[in-house]
Amino acid sequence: MHELGIVKHVIRTLNDVAAENNVRRIGSVTLEVGEVSGVVIEQLVDCWNYFREKDELVKGAPLYVETLEAVTVCTACDKTYGTVAHGKTCPYCGSKETYLLRGNEFSIKQIEAELIEDAPETE
Amino acid sequence: MIKVLELKMTVTDSNDRDAEALRNDLKARDVFLINLMSSPGSGKTTLLSRTITDLKDRVKIGVMEADIASDVDAKRINALGAESIQVHTDGMCHMDAGMTREGLDGMESIDSRIVFLENVGNLICPAEFDTGAHKNVMILSLPEGDDKPLKYPLMFKKSDALVITKMDAAPYFDFDLDAVRKRVKAMNPDIRIFPVSAKTGEGMDEWESYILSEWEKWRNA
Repeated sequence: MHELGIVKHVIRTLNDVAAENNVRRIGSVTLEVGEVSGVVIEQLVDCWNYFREKDELVKGAPLYVETLEAVTVCTACDKTYGTVAHGKTCPYCGSKETYLLRGNEFSIKQIEAELIEDAPETE
Repeated sequence: MIKVLELKMTVTDSNDRDAEALRNDLKARDVFLINLMSSPGSGKTTLLSRTITDLKDRVKIGVMEADIASDVDAKRINALGAESIQVHTDGMCHMDAGMTREGLDGMESIDSRIVFLENVGNLICPAEFDTGAHKNVMILSLPEGDDKPLKYPLMFKKSDALVITKMDAAPYFDFDLDAVRKRVKAMNPDIRIFPVSAKTGEGMDEWESYILSEWEKWRNA
């Protein structure tokens, strides 16, 4: 249950952020997930929907996931191509000397936050 | 009022901070923590048993056993007279820095100067969560095959050392040690590789010297 651990970490990170930014409640959370990050999005959302109810800060908040395309670079011919379609082998020259340029990301992009009203504004 | 906060934080941010804090605390407590990661059945406990026995006159070694359930591994380590603690992850597939800290706090007084964390047997998730250890070591047993580095690249990239266990079984398997070296070094040029057999003792000297020298370096840093 990889996704379970990730959701726990997301919620902890959000609690830290909330404390630093005078956030009372979070209305929604948007994650950026690379296509080959190894995370199963359906499972992630299931775990989120379960755990958000146990945390006052994120109770009821929907989780949005934006997928980032995975791109691989070929060191033999310097071209880039879609990782999901072609894997480790370059579709242009057939070389296996390739590396992942992006697609492994997993980050919290943004949150909709309800701020504590009488607290001073923080940027 | 409602406001959109742009965060762009990695999901493991809170864990990364915990891990850094734990690493520093352990320095103050003079405990060198080594995170051992591998598949289930790779021979972690057998390797540790031999290492503890071989080094017992040089340094006191303790073990934190992380498993989803049971305490069979901790009992084997206890039988050697070494400090050990069993940590249950309650279904989680990896240890994180918070769990590691709780486990260490559970060891009554840490007399051991080197503590091995036997992470959950799994080659995926433990590679993604910093436990707060000073060194990360991966174990690959020979029967698992020489193509493991191709299947689980992150684990090989994150490790400081790779111990290849069960070398005594080499005559029975088509395991290409040179291919493993090449594949692993291509991903992680700085990794140290130790082929060993805890049964025959082959390669154990090199592995144990490595631990002692890394420990010395850390102490004097």
